[in-house]
Amino acid sequence: MSGEFKSGRIVIVGASLAGLRAAETLREEGFTGELTLVGDEPHPPYDRPPLSKQVLLGRVPAADVGLPARRPVDARWKLGVRASGLDPAAKEVLLADGERLPFDRLLITTGTRARPWPHPEEARLDGVLTVRTVDDASRLAERLDAGPRRVLVIGAGFTGSEIASACRERGLAVTVAERGPAPLVGALGGTLGSFAARLQRAHGVDLRCGVTVTSLLGSNGRLTGAELSDGSRIDAEVAVVALGAVRNTEWLDGSGLAAGPRGVACDAGCRAFNMYGIVTDDVFVAGDVARFPHPLFDYQMLALEHWGNAVEQAEVAAHNMVNPGPLRRPHLAVPAFWSSQFGLNIKSVGVPTFSDQVTIAQGSVEERRLVVVYGYRGRITAAVSVNRAKWLEHYLRLIETAAPFPPEPGAADRPAEPRVVASDVPDPKVLSHGPTVALTGHLPDRRLAVLRPMT
Amino acid sequence: MSTETLLERINAYENRADPYPLYAELREHGVAQQNDGSYLVGTYHEIAALLHDPRISSDVRHRSTPDAARPDALPPSFIALDDPQHDRLRRLAMRPFGPPHSPGRVDALHEDIVEIARELTDGLRDRDRIDLVDDFAYPLPVTVICRLLGVPHEDMSELRGWTNTIIASLDHSPGDDPQEKQRAGMAARMAMGAYLGDLADRRRANPADDMISALVHDDGPEGRLDKPELMTTLTLLTIAGHETTVNLITNGMLTLLRHPEALERLRREPELMPSAVEELLRYEPPVQMLPQRTPLTDIEVGGVTIPQGAPLFLMLASGNRDPLRFEDPDHFDPARRDNRHFGFGSGVHSCFGAPLARVETQVALAELLRRLDGPRLVEDPPPYRHSPILRGPRHLPIATGVRAGAGA
Repeated sequence: MSGEFKSGRIVIVGASLAGLRAAETLREEGFTGELTLVGDEPHPPYDRPPLSKQVLLGRVPAADVGLPARRPVDARWKLGVRASGLDPAAKEVLLADGERLPFDRLLITTGTRARPWPHPEEARLDGVLTVRTVDDASRLAERLDAGPRRVLVIGAGFTGSEIASACRERGLAVTVAERGPAPLVGALGGTLGSFAARLQRAHGVDLRCGVTVTSLLGSNGRLTGAELSDGSRIDAEVAVVALGAVRNTEWLDGSGLAAGPRGVACDAGCRAFNMYGIVTDDVFVAGDVARFPHPLFDYQMLALEHWGNAVEQAEVAAHNMVNPGPLRRPHLAVPAFWSSQFGLNIKSVGVPTFSDQVTIAQGSVEERRLVVVYGYRGRITAAVSVNRAKWLEHYLRLIETAAPFPPEPGAADRPAEPRVVASDVPDPKVLSHGPTVALTGHLPDRRLAVLRPMT
Repeated sequence: MSTETLLERINAYENRADPYPLYAELREHGVAQQNDGSYLVGTYHEIAALLHDPRISSDVRHRSTPDAARPDALPPSFIALDDPQHDRLRRLAMRPFGPPHSPGRVDALHEDIVEIARELTDGLRDRDRIDLVDDFAYPLPVTVICRLLGVPHEDMSELRGWTNTIIASLDHSPGDDPQEKQRAGMAARMAMGAYLGDLADRRRANPADDMISALVHDDGPEGRLDKPELMTTLTLLTIAGHETTVNLITNGMLTLLRHPEALERLRREPELMPSAVEELLRYEPPVQMLPQRTPLTDIEVGGVTIPQGAPLFLMLASGNRDPLRFEDPDHFDPARRDNRHFGFGSGVHSCFGAPLARVETQVALAELLRRLDGPRLVEDPPPYRHSPILRGPRHLPIATGVRAGAGA
């Protein structure tokens, strides 16, 4: 019975962290068949967290962030080739170079790409960059080495804030433009957002919140500055667009999978759904591009751009690809991520946006060492530490056991009178970039779901 | 025998060589309350939760037992304090030792450690019988910590006397007069602290390339340790910087001699050494228990409420052998993969010197395997040191021939 799972042809589309870890796990678990990895970048798998940190500081050359292999994967690597389509009936992946790769089981780990600046002619200006790939980081590091008079960072999420931090550490003038009321609000809510705002300003960042960049200005093809929605103007030689990521799902258009701007939907065992919500049993998905139900968070379909999630989900997907039903495992890891910026180590467990209240459970903003705990309808759903990461395992347990919010008193470094305030996270409905789904047809075999793009 | 509590039996010297059946008994009990009002926890998941629980104090002054608030001339070291004081002192001490400010310190010592280990094994040449403790496992980490901190090596014999007295004062074994042990321990800490404080003063005047010089010269944003803090911190670093490693190396060699197939495998596959050392930290950890935790509020553990202020003993070595966490836990497997042991504790107090201990033990055992030909245990079990907390053989006599041609 299990023999058929250990042989055959497996194709992995996406040769980054999740793809590599899945390939290693497949071999680890005894898969002896043909394995092919497809990646659109020419580089072997590399690590992204250092790109917006050590690489921008010039401490690590961009070429040195390759991911070490845990074990040989004995695979055919198709690098520098984009997958252009999927034929689920013929069980073939179509490549941009015309090749058709037959598979018995497919794993999709195509991840995300940087959301581009929306005006293509402005985006083409020399000096306008994004940071997602190793080539991006290398280009930006070169620009920063050249000592620009001012850098503009558009967007103050984690990537934007880390870039601003690297600029300040290099002594460069930097302006950060953020649409929301404070940095990091979209991910961490208001309490830590206002803390981050004070921190950035204390480090000399020219932080502008509640504004958008309305246009990037250029002269002779080179960036010269930007206009903001409040009417102000900034001179800058470098602008980094840090407006989040776009999921790489377009190549799946027409494949019948439940793939769209929010990712590829799958079950807790990483099996992709088709667009009717019927589970496939030969197409799996993992990493940033996957969207999966998590029971701790009301089975909300989560798509996480976290290093740890890419590893853990890839391992579950690979395990399930080579094992029969009863031996399969769910992906139940509690989300976790970290960031380092402005001399601080920020670490998160749970889903901070899945909350209605927060409290500072340990430490204080003044000490710059604290643990903020998030609750949703009276239970703990997330915790974020600033320079206090070793405590997080405790809060992880509280999240896993749905412990009551606010957390029980007694910590030695708990504030005398902990305050519980609204978590002030954005309403997920407002954040949606997705199209609407509509149903068509009346006969049972004609009834279809279609995507109606946003106008 | 049966009238003794489990803690008394664990402390009893006759059980030192093999406390593991007692730990198995402890795990059967779940959380075990002792007659004296203290609580023992020996199961992995419960220990892990308590090590990360901010409501568990490391400061014995929070105990409701009368002797807990003993007066002391020196402030507690950071292992006996809670956040935020613990965090501040630990960070100041970490500044010259590890990342982010000194990421290369331990790495830079690697060649030195290899050289020291080689000199020591050179001294074993032509001897058919050695005491692993006196001839190798003790002098290696002592020499390393002296170089790292900047303590003159010739003063180490004096420091050894103080160290032994301080460690004896941590024990809760019956027999000796506990108050007398406490008094002696305190006096030894004062003497050792004064010695190290004077040494720091000298480094302030004449800096060298060592950790003490860095501690008195390189200020971070939070300044530096004051004199009493410096005295307790240096005492802690000196003792913790070698005592545990002596036991780890000795327990390691003892375990390998008891498992000749593992010893041979490590000779064939030296790349397995890092994972073998992790397994030793699980299987025979030098720090067997954390005896000074106290709940700051009533806490429920495994269905038992441990009251605020009760002495709480976390039995790390027992958690390391919990069958609910580790497959076949009493089996020594140098290639074990899933091995998140408590050999270095866990949580905010996890071992400060772990990277150094790892390098020292990996180098030490590799060098011993390379140099010793057909080593055999002369006495099994060997005589143990007294402490049930920092557990290891006092001597480890080994019969050996030095491997011909393996050196130089």
